[in-house]
Amino acid sequence: MSTPHIPCLRLGKEYRSFNESEVKDYRTGSVKATMSQVNAGVIRRDLLQIEKASDALQKLSTRELIDISAKAGDLFLSGNLPLGENGELQSPQNYLETLSSTSGLPHVMVKRNMDKIHYALTHLELILNGLTRGIDLSILDRGFGEQAGSPVCFYPTTSALGLVMPSNSPAVNSLWLPSIALKIPIVMKPGRDEPWTPFRLIQAFIEAGCPREAFGFYPTDHEGSADILRLCDRALIFGDKSTTDLYAGNPGVQVHGPGFSKILIGEDEIENWPDFIDVMVSSISDNGGRSCVNASSVIVPKYSKEIADALGRRLGPLKPLSMEDPDAVLSGFANPKMGEWINGAIDSDLEEKGAFDATAPYRDGARLVQAEGGTYLRPTIIHCDSMNHSLSNREFLCPYASVVEVPQSKMLRAIGPTLVVTAITKDESFKQKLLSASNIERLNLGPISTMKISWDQPHEGNMFEFLYKRRSIGMAA
Amino acid sequence: MNIDETVTKCANELDAHIAEIIKWHFSPDTGSPFWLDWAKAQNWNPLEEVKTFQDVCEKFPNFQDEWLRDLPNEVWVPKPYKGKPFNIFETGGTTGMPKQRIGWDDFRIDYTAFSETLSDEHFPRNHYWMMVGPTGPRRLRLAIEHLANERGCSCYFVDLDPRWVKRLIASKQFDQARAYMDHAVDQALTILKHRKVSALFTTPKLLEALAERKDLIKAGIKGVFCGGTTMDKQYARFLVEEVCEGGKIGFVPTYGNTLMGLARHHPFGPENDYSIAYYAPQPRAVLRVINPETNQTVDYDNWGRVELTTLTKEFFMPRFLERDEALRKKPWEKAPWDGVAEVRPFGAMEKNIVEGVY
Repeated sequence: MSTPHIPCLRLGKEYRSFNESEVKDYRTGSVKATMSQVNAGVIRRDLLQIEKASDALQKLSTRELIDISAKAGDLFLSGNLPLGENGELQSPQNYLETLSSTSGLPHVMVKRNMDKIHYALTHLELILNGLTRGIDLSILDRGFGEQAGSPVCFYPTTSALGLVMPSNSPAVNSLWLPSIALKIPIVMKPGRDEPWTPFRLIQAFIEAGCPREAFGFYPTDHEGSADILRLCDRALIFGDKSTTDLYAGNPGVQVHGPGFSKILIGEDEIENWPDFIDVMVSSISDNGGRSCVNASSVIVPKYSKEIADALGRRLGPLKPLSMEDPDAVLSGFANPKMGEWINGAIDSDLEEKGAFDATAPYRDGARLVQAEGGTYLRPTIIHCDSMNHSLSNREFLCPYASVVEVPQSKMLRAIGPTLVVTAITKDESFKQKLLSASNIERLNLGPISTMKISWDQPHEGNMFEFLYKRRSIGMAA
Repeated sequence: MNIDETVTKCANELDAHIAEIIKWHFSPDTGSPFWLDWAKAQNWNPLEEVKTFQDVCEKFPNFQDEWLRDLPNEVWVPKPYKGKPFNIFETGGTTGMPKQRIGWDDFRIDYTAFSETLSDEHFPRNHYWMMVGPTGPRRLRLAIEHLANERGCSCYFVDLDPRWVKRLIASKQFDQARAYMDHAVDQALTILKHRKVSALFTTPKLLEALAERKDLIKAGIKGVFCGGTTMDKQYARFLVEEVCEGGKIGFVPTYGNTLMGLARHHPFGPENDYSIAYYAPQPRAVLRVINPETNQTVDYDNWGRVELTTLTKEFFMPRFLERDEALRKKPWEKAPWDGVAEVRPFGAMEKNIVEGVY
């Protein structure tokens, strides 16, 4: 296959810009694709006619769109789909290898992400059932109906879902998938280094029979991203804390940033801590430690040093393996400077008293390594004396976690806003406190990995409630 | 006459013009205090040693634009103009003490000449224009009005202060910048609603914003004369194909500033991937694309820094390094001298440049 050119999609129509960016192999720098970059005005003009996209989706029923989504899921996982402008096709294996080569994700992780997306697309009815709390989906087609004996009426809050996507994890695309069945077109800026997954998904949808007008795919600059967020009445953005702070309090923008997910062990279970090391390890290191649902802190009432040491012993020796190795745990950095920055930040904060690197004794070398042709960060477990330490509640793009001793009675206040909490306790009173805590988005009670999410229960924002609002309705008999 | 002969003829005319301008600015009877004093401080005599444009490039150092900020305006007055009140024009979006150029009739001469490059189809005579953009102390405001008048038209004005926009953007007050831009666009739309206008002068960003809120063809706009910011190939294509609806509205990009005058553009479109090349109003101004380290022009179709030399009796400015880079382009029959294409801020590929709406 020659180097493909990924065009912009303007209401589904291919558009080649004179401005291009390059998507490169993270190790060799060789160009894997060029991608059209459009000016913000292109997006603004297309948004002036976005009703054409909504109208195209409205012609299909929710049921038909669920079926199309399922077919798209199968095509995404197993089909040869168009890539580039010249009718060239991309096989699943080529997608896997290319994405791996530009993102630094080992093949095994890309495959897991593919499976996640496939599951989401082929189980959309289940997901919509969870999101809508079981409404009859034909109500969405008619706009009104009855649920549990009461009249209900829903209207869309936007004519398009804006998406400013990241480059670091393909599975985040699963977040927008329900919007197609919910008849809301998408207007997306793909991540600079990860056009592969959204472009393939869009092609799968189109191949499965979805109107192409529903898809806006706009590689663009900061102005274009800002306009997507400003002009789509509902939008998702992914980013670090500085990004999330920028849009905090804006009801039209759902921000997906660091999760600061945590494992808490109650006083009643702490003596059994060795039994939970496997859960801790998978919570910290699955998917290369790059997800917002990866645990970044382990909070315990005692034995913190012993737990940190045990985690260090398990995670410290992990090294980068070849991309094809099925046991690969670590991901390379598409941008090596990011790895260098994270390493520097950890080292600099370790100079602050009250913390030590529990992985260092087991790592046989530096945290930042050049291996397999790329830049990697090896797993890092930091023991902190208290939650006041700078490294106690941090999240980095690698398997990273702090271990901190906090009395059970102070845990909920100490953890701050947390996306996923896995609380290992059987103490009913502690469980009740956890259930009523307002700073936890998803709660796992018992030794469940923080990485385990439920598709029918959104752990971060409900897409249906984001895209639709209920209104009161009256109708003459 | 073939193109090579025309190029040679124009080069000879430029040299003749150089001789006249050097004589004017460095003779005690006609020169300005600045250049007469400057010449005294040199160990060479421009009157004797500069006869051609090549001599200008080899003998003069780069003009320091700080002189236009730091020195009093009177030092730039050629003797024959002494006692005549002058216009004081300031450069675009500068903050702090602005650079100033004085003048009398240059802008009228430049813009009268430029009028000849405009078509009557897109810039009809005896009608109305509107300028939406930086007026204030800039030469542009008077120049556009003169250009409109030259074609029998009168001109409406909506002001936009680029210095304020730059300040808002630099301090990340993007909402305020957008609100200010909307304020300018609102005023322009009000004029379009209540008055007949056939030609616009504006910046690309403001043109986009106007077109997003009003069908400019239905509003009666036939031509747009546009300048002020970078227009790369993609942006030029977008403005022509979409904002100006594929040529239904004539789109005339310009490159110019207070120090030069106005450069005309070579026809562009799909045939040359919308690459816009500009040609200075030679012999009154000359543009070179050079390697500033060697003071040599770069090869055709290569990138280099834009250097401007202004050569009028009102103002002599040798070898001023613009803050732009461009591709050097070959002469064409309507402007048989070098052109500059795809102009962008110098170093634009390495860093983000604040251009805002201006």
